[in-house]
Amino acid sequence: MAQVAHDAVTDADLRPFEVAEEPLYHPKTFIGKYIWSQDAKIIAIQYGITAIGIGLVALVLSILMRLQLGFPESFSLIDPANYLQFVTMHGMIMVIYLLTALFLGGFGNYLIPLMCGARDMVFPYVNMISYWVYLAAVLILVASFFVPGGPTGAGWTLYPPQAVIGGTPGTGAGIILMLISLCVFIVGFTMGGLNYVVTVLQARTRGMTLMRLPLTVWGIFMATVLALLAFPALFVSCIMMILDRLIGTSFFMPAMIAEGMQTAYDGGSPILFQHLFWFFGHPEVYIVALPAFGIVSDVLATHARKNIFGYRMMVWAIVAIGALSFIVWAHHMYVSGMNPYFGFFFATTTLIIAVPTAIKVYNWVLTLWRGNIQLTVPMLFAIGFIFTFINGGLTGLFLGNVTVDLPLSDTYFVVAHFHMVMAVSPVLVVFGAIYHWYPKITGRMFDETLGKIHFWITFLGTYAIYYPMHYLGFEGVPRRYYAYGETAFMSESAQDLNVAISIAAIVVALAQVIFIYNVIKSLFSGEKAGHNPWKATTLEWQTPHTPPRHGNFDEDKLPSVYRWAYDYGVPGAKEDFIPQNVPSEEMAAARAQGETSAQGETKADG
Amino acid sequence: MTATLIFLALLMGAVVWWLVRQTINVKPWVASAPSGAQQGVGFLAPPKVALGVLLAVITSLFALFISAYSIRMELSDWRPLPEPDLLWVNTAILFVGSLGLQWAWRGAAREQWPAIRGGLVVGGGCALAFMAGQVLAWQGLAASGYLVASNPANSFFYVLTGLHVLHLLGGLVALARTSGHAWAGALAKTRLGVELCAVYWHFLFVVWLILFGLMLST
Amino acid sequence: MAFAVALIILIVGSVLFHILSPWYLTPLASNWGMIDFTIDVTFWVTGFVFVAVNAFMAYCIIKFRYNKEKRSEYQPENHKLEFWLTAITAVGVAAMLAPGLIVWAEFVTVPEDADEIEAIGQQWHWSYRLPGDDGKFGNVDAKLITDDNPFGMDPDDPHGQDDRLIESNVVHLPIGRDVKINLRSKDVLHNFTVAQFRVKMDLVPGLVSYLWLKPTKVGEFEVLCEELCGIGHFAMRGKVVVDEAADYAAWYAAQPTYADILARPQGDPVAGQAQYAVCVACHGPEGKGMQVMNSPKIAGQEDWYLRRQLNYYKIGARGAHPQDTFGQQMAPMVMTLVDDQAMEDVIAYIGTLPDEPAEATITGDAERGEDIWVTCGACHGHEAQGIKALNAPRMAGMTDWYLARQLENFKADIRGRHKDDLYGWQMAEMARILKDDDAINDVIAYINTLGETQVAAASDGAGAAYSGAEE
Repeated sequence: MAQVAHDAVTDADLRPFEVAEEPLYHPKTFIGKYIWSQDAKIIAIQYGITAIGIGLVALVLSILMRLQLGFPESFSLIDPANYLQFVTMHGMIMVIYLLTALFLGGFGNYLIPLMCGARDMVFPYVNMISYWVYLAAVLILVASFFVPGGPTGAGWTLYPPQAVIGGTPGTGAGIILMLISLCVFIVGFTMGGLNYVVTVLQARTRGMTLMRLPLTVWGIFMATVLALLAFPALFVSCIMMILDRLIGTSFFMPAMIAEGMQTAYDGGSPILFQHLFWFFGHPEVYIVALPAFGIVSDVLATHARKNIFGYRMMVWAIVAIGALSFIVWAHHMYVSGMNPYFGFFFATTTLIIAVPTAIKVYNWVLTLWRGNIQLTVPMLFAIGFIFTFINGGLTGLFLGNVTVDLPLSDTYFVVAHFHMVMAVSPVLVVFGAIYHWYPKITGRMFDETLGKIHFWITFLGTYAIYYPMHYLGFEGVPRRYYAYGETAFMSESAQDLNVAISIAAIVVALAQVIFIYNVIKSLFSGEKAGHNPWKATTLEWQTPHTPPRHGNFDEDKLPSVYRWAYDYGVPGAKEDFIPQNVPSEEMAAARAQGETSAQGETKADG
Repeated sequence: MTATLIFLALLMGAVVWWLVRQTINVKPWVASAPSGAQQGVGFLAPPKVALGVLLAVITSLFALFISAYSIRMELSDWRPLPEPDLLWVNTAILFVGSLGLQWAWRGAAREQWPAIRGGLVVGGGCALAFMAGQVLAWQGLAASGYLVASNPANSFFYVLTGLHVLHLLGGLVALARTSGHAWAGALAKTRLGVELCAVYWHFLFVVWLILFGLMLST
Repeated sequence: MAFAVALIILIVGSVLFHILSPWYLTPLASNWGMIDFTIDVTFWVTGFVFVAVNAFMAYCIIKFRYNKEKRSEYQPENHKLEFWLTAITAVGVAAMLAPGLIVWAEFVTVPEDADEIEAIGQQWHWSYRLPGDDGKFGNVDAKLITDDNPFGMDPDDPHGQDDRLIESNVVHLPIGRDVKINLRSKDVLHNFTVAQFRVKMDLVPGLVSYLWLKPTKVGEFEVLCEELCGIGHFAMRGKVVVDEAADYAAWYAAQPTYADILARPQGDPVAGQAQYAVCVACHGPEGKGMQVMNSPKIAGQEDWYLRRQLNYYKIGARGAHPQDTFGQQMAPMVMTLVDDQAMEDVIAYIGTLPDEPAEATITGDAERGEDIWVTCGACHGHEAQGIKALNAPRMAGMTDWYLARQLENFKADIRGRHKDDLYGWQMAEMARILKDDDAINDVIAYINTLGETQVAAASDGAGAAYSGAEE
């Protein structure tokens, strides 16, 4: 692709912009504007509220679990069946219905069109349907709490045979609703995902080349690609399991007994399910992580007032991680009874993926080097993320290395690892991102003191929960146990540690009230934020209105982009940042000239 | 999982190749005035790109099913079922439907309304006939005792063919909308719709050939 | 500034926690020291990265804190630095991966002269099988598993006749010999884990997985299930006893072969009637039990359960606890059953007694009891009919005051904690889900509502194959 000389290009040379010039549907009524809305920003908020709402349910479930583990003789409401149901629903909700939906449906919808310089997603109607289908999936999931037998208690991995056979809670309507809800979610997500991908590919404004995209868009884009390709694996396994459960096929079900009696099943392979599940499940980790990687990069650059270090490496690392994430899935299955020789291959690929991940961490830290660091609330969360992610990433090197996985798999080490790396880390980014974009979304600033209190409790509290938990895992304490009873190899003090962890968990959970209070209170009483309170470069901060109206930018003209998203501290510039849509002086001069002279001589080539 | 991995490797290879072309030698921090050519994948209409992405998703879905099929097939209780001869007829019908839409596509390029409308009718009619044929095939199999749950080969047969028919049903919805445009005489919308439907029909025909071939050979 | 200090405290604190933590790997009891070595290598590499990167970050936060007058340095890339960081990372990763792969190669290749045993998992028990003197396992098939053939042995396979079948959670291993443990599941996924051995592997129904090790320490080690297998997952425990060769030989000789089990004596109810004379005084002529004598109903209780409890009384696994007053009365009575034949006879006679539901004496909130029963019913059956495969006796229609007392005994560790009471341990753990005083009454009140339907339900269930499609 040839570089076009700057000086002679005028707007008239440019091909008409297909998408943005299509008229947007502008509803007049309240319901049309805020309920059946086709504006990606409203849809984003709908996604966000639904996801956080259902996430709070999952948070309560986790506290119930911690109550049982910390004080096993005290809470008569919690029995082994309930406990497993809490474990399962907590995991499933957090991974799929909160994090996936919030990062892609929430932040994706809000930020992709704004950051790309588009008026909206390319298919606003499909985008709206996507949200309502997602809501239906959530409601089906919630319904499973109220059916006889309750929700499924098979663990979020839903491994057959136990997910559909007696002896596990919720093998009646519970598991069926769970599987249906997942299928519905996937259908809804695919609609949204098509939008995100095509919008990034086709609806970027003039001058917004791929290599000028903010890393947030890169992260969400690659995560969406992964999700579109990986979710079918979950879809396939859900369909096959529904058939096994309802009409007695034997895709996954071998000959076996259940509750003391022979079953009609024969010959199926439980390991086949695990392959399919983790073929989805591992990319799912990166579906959650990549948007977090992207967002944190932008937050860091903005608040460190410095360009992101090694932008191209960052993009390639995102792509490499995405591609590699499809060939590491069986590292979840080292001790599953699959052919043990697979272990060599998957341990190698898994440790290779550590390299691009490490590069990302180095580049974040190097972005701070010789920066001009403002410790604002979003920045605190971003740095908190790096610290937590380093910890969680490094423990992944234990579990990914097939030999070390032998003693550690299925223990609390695993629980601590994945909470560090794909629960706490992304959630810290979610908070950071909400604080970062709150002024744009609402037009007001949040309360900074409350934000800082929220940060300190959440950051230190989660570390206090999960760091010691690794050591329970070293001692061999198994996960998904309702109670430990008299277990000789476990030290007495392990129970004391469990008490401490439970207390920390309760404190962290309560601290989230501060966050919710802050978000709601600042909506009414926060200071007016102005258009660009962080002095950021990306396009969403350059909108003529705050919050941006439907259509995002000036009614007659979309912004043109002249530079990448990281022009902070450019030598010789007037301020320490230059927004993406600001031309340099020469360019501006050339432009003014070009408009008066005849049509430019240069042609845009294909 | 080989089938899926091959598909993904090809896809990822294409993505990486495309990215390399876009990005190699680009210094993102150099400011420059925008050039029209920097935008999008060769200026395809978004619906066409969306269809491409959707086809990748559907391919992933079927590739995973085929992977599951080939893994499950290796286990001892697999008893292949006799594919009814009717399936050959159905294949031919689907092929004719695909040809019909190709005809409509050509017609759309040259603004020949009879060809467009005729092609749409052939495409839609053949799809309906194919579905009816598939239902007949299921009934025949079920009548001779090849029930869904009696053997994994049967289960896969029903699930794969059923899923394929479902995708065709989705296509028919799009085809109906396009026909609406065609009969209303809206050329731009018809052109786009016919092209999308034709690509989708070809795609489903290829998927069917692969599925049918797989089931015949095992 | 405060933030940087907090980070430094966290870094130092994490390292100190690691050094001072009382929670760490259990003392190794197998040949897999190389695994511990790989963990150590991984700790050094990751620990270095953890400290270095975070300390650098803390330094940056202090050194480059915001100053209005200053600008950040504009440096988009630094190829040399990026290259070296990548290279060093790759070396570190290789240093961890190499020992990992070497040890894994050892793990997947079982020594040729290794002994073989089989560990069998089911909801929520372990049992074991040894190949017997011919060194070959007989064929097994999940389709053959019944209450009378819990191992699914193929009766026609000659190699199976001398297989030693260990219907117990406890297995013994000789010290210092390589052993390959084949793993087989009867129902769902399980995982065979002994923390001190380091290695673990899932049990998958439909196939046989394996692991191997060489025990290096004499002692008793707990076997845990570490793959979620349902409600009783947390209470699915077994034991591996590592013996010196001589002790092992003695244990081995005492284990019954499949042929022995097939040839076990049958009970004769007529002979049993005479034996029952001792029992009449307390349990009543029809085995209905008498609350005044503190004797429970035994008519209608399943034979395998009676056999196990009688044996426990005999060997002192039950009725020996100083606080188990009534159990202590029972223990000497059992001694009148001089041998296995006598015991089989009396059990056979009890089997002929008429089975009428016992009178309800306990009241409670049956609805709340029903919720609790979800857990209990997983083993004892939804109708409390008892399930032999799960080693869970019948409760419906039995004397409820007795159930209450036993639940209290289990909770108070009066029953179930003796080391030879193989299945009592599990019940003692499970009884703890009844956390408050009313819970026992509530759940028994619910069991009492099951009494009438019990007989019909149990006899239907036994013949019909369980179908996954059924509700």
